Amino acid sequence: MDYFFVLMLAGMSAAMVAGGLAFSFLIAPHRPGAIKNSPYECGEPPIGQAWVQFNVGYYLFGLLFLVFDVEAAFLYPWAVAFHGLGFMAFLEMGIFLLVLILGLAYAWKKGALEWV
Amino acid sequence: MMSILWPLITIALALGIMLTSASALVWLERRMLALWQDRYGPNRVGPFGLLQVIADTLKMFFKEDWIPPFADKTVFFIAPMVIMTTALLSVAVVPFAPGFSVVDLNIGLLFFLAMSSMGVYSVALAGWASNNKYSLLGGLRASAQMISYEVFMGLSLMGVVMLAGSFNLRDIVEAQEHLWFCVPQFIGLVIFCIAGLAETHRIPFDLPEAESELVAGFHSEYSGMKFGMFFVGEYLGITLISAMIVTLFFGGWYGPILPPIIWFFLKVFVFQCGFILLRATLPRLRYDQLMSFGWKYMLPLSLINILITGAIILAKR
Repeated sequence: MDYFFVLMLAGMSAAMVAGGLAFSFLIAPHRPGAIKNSPYECGEPPIGQAWVQFNVGYYLFGLLFLVFDVEAAFLYPWAVAFHGLGFMAFLEMGIFLLVLILGLAYAWKKGALEWV
Repeated sequence: MMSILWPLITIALALGIMLTSASALVWLERRMLALWQDRYGPNRVGPFGLLQVIADTLKMFFKEDWIPPFADKTVFFIAPMVIMTTALLSVAVVPFAPGFSVVDLNIGLLFFLAMSSMGVYSVALAGWASNNKYSLLGGLRASAQMISYEVFMGLSLMGVVMLAGSFNLRDIVEAQEHLWFCVPQFIGLVIFCIAGLAETHRIPFDLPEAESELVAGFHSEYSGMKFGMFFVGEYLGITLISAMIVTLFFGGWYGPILPPIIWFFLKVFVFQCGFILLRATLPRLRYDQLMSFGWKYMLPLSLINILITGAIILAKR
């Protein structure tokens, strides 16, 4: 039942956003022109498309994100149940985190965290 | 019938409150920045320029809503809708006062984190779909920044979850009746504030929009109401992050004398002003500084914070 209300909220907010865009579409002017229809580059004529290959650094950070976000997903249930768990659970999570911190240190040493 | 009607009213109220406070924040920010920079700010439309917000909204509606012919039109259209819808969806779990929130989800905190990370799609897609070099750079920067800071945004809240033993935001607020979590979780609070600044890409983390180098970053090509969506979405984000800081670290609705809902909004207001003061004070970081700050300092710190919190809870037992 709770999620039904979330769905209702989603519907209402989507309707509000779409309604705003539709209303503006109806009342706003539409006057395209040759100069207006070129990409904005501060008055310079653009050279080529923008859909090009880009820096690999973003990809490396994407990979790091994947590792640590999955780790965070493991931590959530552990944290919420922590009061019911004993010392062993704490120790196990400590070891798990240690391994991850070692991994981070390795990535750091390898220079994956440097922006070039 | 009543069982449907009451939630409907709550949803409408919550949406109304959030949108009003987000648009009031636009006015507040301009006035406050003007105050701190020793100038007037908007003071012509209505008393203290308060009606400026309405004037701006009207202007936004009447502006040409231009879709670039060289862009990916579908994605270009969807991107601003995503940021607004997800920001408004996060409102679902905000506990304004006892018994006044849209839903009382058991996974409220996770829901908030999920919705706030959905925002990254909006900026990444907007930057890519615009087919403009500035936009692409802005969108990429935004997504790399947001995924980096999202990791320890979640991790910084684990200390709070461990102390409260629940993801339910109402339980978390009630666990702070005697001691606000900003005291035992001070490190978590600092990390969360920094991550929140980065998630909403505000100064000093506003690299994606850095107007002096990227024009307007991922929304360079946006105009009219679609730009308005990004604009309001950003201020909604600030309001939500302030609301979450209050809920998770500053005892939510708790406070003496005044009714709970007033306390909640007072506290949120303080943090919104804090966001604006930061914008008035700080310079912009360099991109490599931003990334290495996140991964080299904030991430290990948030992990250590979790371990220390766990050790203290165990020692107290």
